[in-house]
Amino acid sequence: MVRFEHISKSYEGNPAVNDINFRVEKGELFGLIGPDGAGKSTLFRILTTVLLPDVGHAYFKDRDVVDDYRYVRRNVGYMPGKFSLYQDLSVKENLKFFATIFNTTIAENYDLIKDIYEQLEPFESRRAGALSGGMKQKLALSCALIHKPEVLVLDEPTFGVDAVSRREFWDMLKSLKAKGVTILVSTPYMDEAALCDRVALIQDGNILKINTPDGIIDQFGKQLYKVVTQHIYQALQALEKISDEWHAYSFGQEIHIYSSKSLNIADLKGQLVSMGIDDVQIEIGKPLIEDCFMDLMVSEKTEDYV
Amino acid sequence: MSDNLAIIATDLTKKFGDFVAVDAITFEVKKGEIFGFLGANGAGKTTAIKMLCGLSRPTSGQAIISGFDIYSQSELIKKNIGYMSQHFSLYQDMTIRENIRFYGGIYGLKSKDIKTRGSKLIQELELEDYADRFVGELPLGWKQKLAFSIAIIHNPGIVFLDEPTSGVDPITRRQFWNMIYKAAARGITVFVTTHYLEEAEYCNRVSIMVDGEMRDFDTPRELMKKYNKPTMNDVFLHMAVRSKRKGD
Repeated sequence: MVRFEHISKSYEGNPAVNDINFRVEKGELFGLIGPDGAGKSTLFRILTTVLLPDVGHAYFKDRDVVDDYRYVRRNVGYMPGKFSLYQDLSVKENLKFFATIFNTTIAENYDLIKDIYEQLEPFESRRAGALSGGMKQKLALSCALIHKPEVLVLDEPTFGVDAVSRREFWDMLKSLKAKGVTILVSTPYMDEAALCDRVALIQDGNILKINTPDGIIDQFGKQLYKVVTQHIYQALQALEKISDEWHAYSFGQEIHIYSSKSLNIADLKGQLVSMGIDDVQIEIGKPLIEDCFMDLMVSEKTEDYV
Repeated sequence: MSDNLAIIATDLTKKFGDFVAVDAITFEVKKGEIFGFLGANGAGKTTAIKMLCGLSRPTSGQAIISGFDIYSQSELIKKNIGYMSQHFSLYQDMTIRENIRFYGGIYGLKSKDIKTRGSKLIQELELEDYADRFVGELPLGWKQKLAFSIAIIHNPGIVFLDEPTSGVDPITRRQFWNMIYKAAARGITVFVTTHYLEEAEYCNRVSIMVDGEMRDFDTPRELMKKYNKPTMNDVFLHMAVRSKRKGD
């Protein structure tokens, strides 16, 4: 459905994305996972024909997005990271405006947005600028869907959004997927990767890995240990003293350790207890996407900053 | 009044017309504590922080911040706190060194202190090679670490951090939290909001705001025990999902 082939783009000499290649299949919910500055928005802007790549080609249904930009715009819905609706038009006026631009009507495609737009209907006459953040997001999503696109591109829709609203938003994406919409979504929240069919982990303009969330975890390839203690900070410092051959870092109320060598749990526990971490428990654990991401970051790391 | 408390808030309330943005919140934060201030968008966090920083006058209630009264000594409060947010507040078209000098001056430090503390700060962040580069050229994670260091350059009693790690990569987020631990060990009280709920587990104590009220307030461990949830994320979802307010 969507292909990126050897895409590179720089801004004033600073590379934003380097030789990116991947494809998204019809009906997939595909996640681009990475921190700010990774290059997620650049890729989405190229796909949605608002930015030209320096090198490479992007395709929507085998049509080059540069040559066939009109076709792409008619059939792709795009929700940018920044709220881009008309603040001084009402909810209904915004939706009508976008429907008209795409030569359609609200009634014609109402099925697709019904579940989302229903929540906005009590505020139909309110100016978009006066809506709360969550409501703006729902309106933006409705406007991106009103021309019944085959592909929906969402740039960080959950950035800065609280955990409850994030969960609601992902529920909306799941029901859109069930209606056959192909979805590309970007997010800096690693835990959202698990909600996608496949993900690309991206950092500093390079794709670190593409796979299903489970596939990425299976490829971690090292044993991960969880250290539980009330004294996280002291334990981290102790672990740093004991060895520099492993990666040890805090993860919520635990410390995660992994190493290419296998660890003797009893020995390590003894060492930590002797260093004053007397309540320590160590067990084998399963890595999360965030563990995989950090491991890939460390092994890929060349230069921080040019 | 107790000397080891950085914040004492009693029935602190802010109304906008009929709308009660912050509804009689009462809590205390100890000196040197890392305090996580959690809540859904629209729960009233930002309004509460503005009152605590002396930027917005409460409708009713009391608060003492670093020993200063929120009504009569708001200017002294501003001098004795640090603040940084996800919206990057340094000047992008000034160099690292210029930003340090500028903010040091704003916070009323002597030139001599600005020089010594500034050099130390640059050294600790390992930014020696970039000190004369524009801040706008730095990657986001570095900017946020720099903004935090500058927000505490005047050794404030309290630093307020409003979603400081939003969008920052997972390794840099952990480095950022190490800096928070160090600041707290120096005696600086850290008041932090975040949407990454595993970060809430790094706090000494957290509060959860729902619809303008402070619904609960304890150590993360006790909250997880009380609500019988394995993570703070689950605790948060459990509490905030019953919110009546929708929104920002």
